[in-house]
Amino acid sequence: MSDMSYVRSEMLPERAPPASSVGFVGWMRQNLFNGIVNSILTIVSLVLIAMVAMAIVPWIFSPTWNGTSQNDCREIIGAGHHAACWGVINDRWEQLLFGFYPNGTEGDTTDQRWRPIVAFALLFVAVTPVLFSMISRRMNWVLLLAVLGLTGLYLGGAAGMILGLALLAGAAFVGFKALSTDKDARAAEIEAGAKRLPNPLIFSAIFPFIAPWLLWGGSIWLPVGAALGFVIGYFAYSILSKIVGSLAGIILAVVASIVWWLFLTGGFASLMDAILPIGLEPVESRKFGGFMLSITIGVVAIACSLPIGIVLALGRQSDLMIVKALCVGFIEFIRGVPLITLLFVASTLLNIFMPPGTNFDIILRVLIMVTLFASAYMAEVIRGGLAALPRGQYEAADALGLDYWKAQRLIIMPQALKISIPGIVSTFIGVFKDTVLVSIIGLLDPLGLSNAIRADQAWNGLVWELYGFIALLFFVFCFSMSRYSMYLERRLRTDHR
Amino acid sequence: MTSMTDPHQGQFRLSMLLYDSRYRSMTIQIVALIGFLILVFWLISNTAQNLAELGKEPSFGFMSEPAGYDINQRLLEYNSQDTHLRASLMGLLNTLLVAVMGCIAATIIGVIVGVLRLSPNWIVSRLAAVYVEMFRNVPVLLWIVFIMAVLIETLPAPSAFRKGEASMALWDSVAITNRGVYIPEPLFSNSLGNIHLLGQSSLRFDVSLDLLAIAAVFLAGILTSMLIKRRADAIQESTGDRPATWYWRLGVVVIPTVIVLTILGLHWGYPELKGFNFKGGTYMRNSLIALWLALSLYTGAFIAEIVRAGILAVSKGQSEAAGALGLRPNRTMSLVILPQALRVIIPPLISNYLNLTKNSSLAIAVGYMDITGTLGGITMNQTGRELETVLLLMAVYLAISLTISSVMNWYNESVKLKER
Repeated sequence: MSDMSYVRSEMLPERAPPASSVGFVGWMRQNLFNGIVNSILTIVSLVLIAMVAMAIVPWIFSPTWNGTSQNDCREIIGAGHHAACWGVINDRWEQLLFGFYPNGTEGDTTDQRWRPIVAFALLFVAVTPVLFSMISRRMNWVLLLAVLGLTGLYLGGAAGMILGLALLAGAAFVGFKALSTDKDARAAEIEAGAKRLPNPLIFSAIFPFIAPWLLWGGSIWLPVGAALGFVIGYFAYSILSKIVGSLAGIILAVVASIVWWLFLTGGFASLMDAILPIGLEPVESRKFGGFMLSITIGVVAIACSLPIGIVLALGRQSDLMIVKALCVGFIEFIRGVPLITLLFVASTLLNIFMPPGTNFDIILRVLIMVTLFASAYMAEVIRGGLAALPRGQYEAADALGLDYWKAQRLIIMPQALKISIPGIVSTFIGVFKDTVLVSIIGLLDPLGLSNAIRADQAWNGLVWELYGFIALLFFVFCFSMSRYSMYLERRLRTDHR
Repeated sequence: MTSMTDPHQGQFRLSMLLYDSRYRSMTIQIVALIGFLILVFWLISNTAQNLAELGKEPSFGFMSEPAGYDINQRLLEYNSQDTHLRASLMGLLNTLLVAVMGCIAATIIGVIVGVLRLSPNWIVSRLAAVYVEMFRNVPVLLWIVFIMAVLIETLPAPSAFRKGEASMALWDSVAITNRGVYIPEPLFSNSLGNIHLLGQSSLRFDVSLDLLAIAAVFLAGILTSMLIKRRADAIQESTGDRPATWYWRLGVVVIPTVIVLTILGLHWGYPELKGFNFKGGTYMRNSLIALWLALSLYTGAFIAEIVRAGILAVSKGQSEAAGALGLRPNRTMSLVILPQALRVIIPPLISNYLNLTKNSSLAIAVGYMDITGTLGGITMNQTGRELETVLLLMAVYLAISLTISSVMNWYNESVKLKER
């Protein structure tokens, strides 16, 4: 009796949780049916989803992809049924993407649609080093070589074939090397002074001159001349600043560039054209349309509005009273009026504001107004970034003895821009969505084209298919951009707190 | 050492304008101002020259000429013989109407969806997320024309009501047709009549004495109710007991209002099918409904995100602290959580109201006659006065925007955390 023990000396093994709280059942109990209200909400939602699905799914899955007209679709579907007529998308998707860009069907034109495709592929290559830091320098060059090589192959001809194959071989070679070397080993090599490929940002700097040339065509010497203006400005600065000091050097360099652009570029271009005519078939602006137009307007507006927005934001934050008043006035004016009124200005008034006899084309006018619109919003986003920066950063820059521009360039802007990246991306999404408004002043963006397509006898009155297709494309673009901005936010989070 | 910090005493040289920080800011500002003035002068002189060539002297005289077009959805009385000014006024009122209706609906949608998005219920929060992403990532103009198409294509025509294929909703009081929605209108059998203001001018309008009387009684009721609350507060301060006053406070608002409505003889005018269309009731055209729905659904998606962010911004410690102080859950909500969440929610909310108002200018796509459709649309095309109409249009929108944003600034100022 003495060694009788009532205290358990060993732990019991853990029992498995009850079946109702683990696995799928447990998840359902926790997330869908915990409590009466939640259960009711779940059932209501399920009924709602079922109803919407039952209405939409049979409509979407209709075998009308090859229908040639609305009546044809009706025959395929059969009387009494209501279903989509996808034939219209099959027939017109190229138009919805490219507008009336020459596709080789009329007269002696050839299919030019490779140009916008190449331009946008190159755009992707040009922004990769800025947007995706995890892609290495070598892979950037691989992308560029691959795009150029494929273009060469597509264009064909003996020279194109050889050039394309050479470029693709180069891409494969660099790509193989990049994939076969270990990341850390490569980092060590670079540390030790191994030779690297040139910075891909060089291509990003050249791209703004290539893209308009690809899209609008014409002589290559005009964009080359425009680019030369910057080169001239740079050399003028580096020579003159030694003689007359840096500030006067900057002013003189700007003057030299402007003189070049205004008076000498035209002569240079026509001279070079006479010596060595290289060019693409010119395409008029009024042939632009569809998503190509939306993307062109969106990208140009955002690319131009970023520098203007930075300047405006700095002006708004500055101590100079007159400069500040001008910037505040501009920003608040643009933000106070709807974009549609600015587009009215583009379509009716901009020609009146210019010297008599000037007549520049509607797409350029729209680009100017959308850029101004976007830069006001961009300025506010960047101002937010500037204001979010701790005061200590400004004071530290002053304490280091940096002057205003150096402080901005080295201390303030890198941090402020980083903070405002989500805002910049959402401004971009907003501007991209707003490009549909150009259909109101008669440009053929996707929405404008859908009206034109509906006016066609064969597709008279088709609404859902066209709107659905356009909405889907916009959704894909905007949604992926907003996801990208979330990714950036995560990557750039350095936590000041 | 003093000599190092002393300012340079030498005489003024021209290069000091650029290199001496005492003068440089002045130089930059003057250069900027001169540049701006040159730009403005250049634009104005170009415009004057161009307009002179076209033979269009800038003048706003056209605003007092007869408009000659009809406005099918309007708040005040108007006919096509009225002036362009009055047509623009109708447009402005229509803009404000859809903006106010849109802001109210968008707020309701946004708050509900924002709260549902935070729901622990998986399906519900996913549905809310789908709604938000769907509306945020597709242009609002597309939504407007899409909803317009839904209304036209899926709703029954008035003739379907005659054949009995469709019936009126809500106990035969609301007729939803593909031409628009007819809702009952309030009528007064002992009406006090109207007052005509501003005679025969373009800005004339009527004030309904019935509405004035109802509003006066209602406001008086609310004021009395506030006095009762103040007295209850005073009693609570001095004795610690709070008298139950909610039935008094409700009574002084509801009972007098109901009495006035009864005296005026309130009854409802229901829409009725006469001939090919409905008569009676208040008629809301398709264009108004499409615009209203699209703007509120689109802006509601943005507001939902704002509400969600606002609720998440209040840290958990706040509600725990309130619990530790012994506050009950509803008091925690009204005294601790909401004031802090609203501080985060209201500024972006108001800027979304601003966006909604500006987006209402897309009415032109569905033919709703807002100020862009009247002044910037038909008036501009009829008179050919692009410069004047666009400037006026911008001025109107700018005035609306600046009013709203000054309200926002005033609010921000009043809720700002008072530090040090």
